[in-house]
Amino acid sequence: MSAPLPKRIIKETERLQNEPVPGISAEPHEENARYFDVWVDGPDGSCYEGGKFNLELFLPDDYPMCPPRIRFLTRIYHPNIDRLGRICLDVLKNNWSPALQIRTILLSIQALLGAPNPEDPLNEAVAKQWKENQPEAIKTAREWTQLYAQKK
Amino acid sequence: MDSDIEDFNSVASSDGFVEDGGSSFGGDDSDVQIDDDFGDDAAFETQEKDLKAKKKHFEVDFSVYSPQDIQDQQDKQVDEVAGLLEQPKESTAILLRYFRWNKERLIEQYMDNQEEVLSKAGLGQDMTTSPPRIEIKDDFMCDICCEDGPGLETFAMKCEHRFCTDCYRQYLAQKIKEEGEAARIKCPGDGCNSIVDSKSLDLMVTPDLTDRYHELLMRTYVDDKESLKWCPAPNCVYAVECGVKKRDLNRIVPTVTCDAKHGFCFGCTLADHQPCPCSLVKKWLKKCEDDSETANWISANTKECPKCGSTIEKNGGCNHMTCRKCRNEFCWMCMGLWSEHGTSWYNCNRYEEKSGTEARDSQAKSRQSLERYLHYYNRYANHEQSAKLDKDIFHKTEKKMTLLQSSSNMSWIEVQFLESASKALQQCRQTLKWTYAFAYYLARNNQTEIFEDNQKDLEMAVENLSEMFEKQPDQLAGLKVQMMDKTAYCNQRHIILLDDTAKNLKEENWQFNTTLS
Repeated sequence: MSAPLPKRIIKETERLQNEPVPGISAEPHEENARYFDVWVDGPDGSCYEGGKFNLELFLPDDYPMCPPRIRFLTRIYHPNIDRLGRICLDVLKNNWSPALQIRTILLSIQALLGAPNPEDPLNEAVAKQWKENQPEAIKTAREWTQLYAQKK
Repeated sequence: MDSDIEDFNSVASSDGFVEDGGSSFGGDDSDVQIDDDFGDDAAFETQEKDLKAKKKHFEVDFSVYSPQDIQDQQDKQVDEVAGLLEQPKESTAILLRYFRWNKERLIEQYMDNQEEVLSKAGLGQDMTTSPPRIEIKDDFMCDICCEDGPGLETFAMKCEHRFCTDCYRQYLAQKIKEEGEAARIKCPGDGCNSIVDSKSLDLMVTPDLTDRYHELLMRTYVDDKESLKWCPAPNCVYAVECGVKKRDLNRIVPTVTCDAKHGFCFGCTLADHQPCPCSLVKKWLKKCEDDSETANWISANTKECPKCGSTIEKNGGCNHMTCRKCRNEFCWMCMGLWSEHGTSWYNCNRYEEKSGTEARDSQAKSRQSLERYLHYYNRYANHEQSAKLDKDIFHKTEKKMTLLQSSSNMSWIEVQFLESASKALQQCRQTLKWTYAFAYYLARNNQTEIFEDNQKDLEMAVENLSEMFEKQPDQLAGLKVQMMDKTAYCNQRHIILLDDTAKNLKEENWQFNTTLS
């Protein structure tokens, strides 16, 4: 029913599987090669360390002219990620370039976990806590990581 | 950082323009031969001219430009500056757009620090040497589509971010067609700030896109200049230049007319709303639409950019907003400047609570004044409705005039009084309508009585004329002189009312029961 997969997506998928990025995995679904099941490890030294975060990634028809759609499925306590798992990241919006790839985007997301930016909040409650009482916020983020971000 | 702008003004205002051109029975461009032996009509025409000759308080100076005029203006400026900076025209155009056509500032900063200006505007150094061209490179793989076959055509600007021409074209098409970008399309390379110049663009895209691109460039030129505005009438191609500034709008209602005879307000691009100043019009319309679903949706889902007033829908993302039109960066919650706001963003919480109570207070107040409001609203709506009915009659006028010509042996030129009457009715009702919105916000003082008298006189004159206008064609012939008198009287009362209100507005003699924002 769907059009043949563009070469770009085939190559990207191959490379993701043959030369995986450490701490990141992205598997296309069998029935839909544009839909990926993504796992990202919390970066070492961050409050998400030790967590394995599940995301869903979808490549829309006009990919790579348009950015992929990505959302956290695992609950996460982070000022730039809201309760529905949506992510506030410039490269997923205004600063998307068709030369970017799934792998670079996932790396950016991993970097965002390592460097939360409460100045540009998406989840205001979390960002407020982050600014007013950072140690408490980091503690909560750790607890949530233990609670929700463990691969069975 | 995401914002979507819908210019609701320009969409919503397509209705209600007083169009007095284009009619088949005697617009300015009609090629009907006029015989010499109708002395009274000639006299009537000169009378109309006399009225226009002297500048009234409610008139403003403006000029109308066709798309070609605007293109010429741009070309002229580009030529001038290109010579000065010794840059090719394409680069100069990018520089000028970057500086929003402020030549002086561009030249000053360019002379100060050429390299910085060039890179900030998205131009690498050395645009002067080779023209853009499509090349075939060995061992090339396009980073966008991953094609790597031999003989693949590729393109890159000076920044050397090279992609295959198919992808480049698709990217440009996406930007131009879907996103409506033109002046600020960046190189598709990740993180590259180079702006795609018009020469590269002409080389890369199909002619239909080139047309759209140049149209968009023209739009940005007009949008970038405070003294230029597009005629808001649907499909109208003209732009109007007017020196009235935003800060003058509380003292003047700048009504202008494009060459296609669309009258509109230069301040807010709504249909002519004299004598009511723009800010009151805005308030009034908001108030009137309080119940409509659209108004509810707009107020629930959109805010206005605090700098340029564009209506913005936040469709996702964080509170850091960047207005797509004026590039103003602000906080969605408190609407304050983002730069001033950096570390204390959470003050916004408090702000929202406060504005919440304010909203509730104002609701209670509006209920108290509901009765007063309805008095004015009913009269406002009545004139709007009557103007529509008059317009229907206007469309039937031609038929009436033909009938009149056959039933009473009058010639074509002799029945022109009907068209004049119809025109007068439209214009007067448009003004009367807005006098009620104006009156609603007016606080009583000595001036208001004169205003109300003027309003009453015009209203009576208009109603009289309107009544005559509805008569059967066989009766109309006998009413000719009376109707011509009444038309002239309406026009005269119209001018008196407009002149009085405009003069007092200019001299700040009106007191309003609300603040003019």
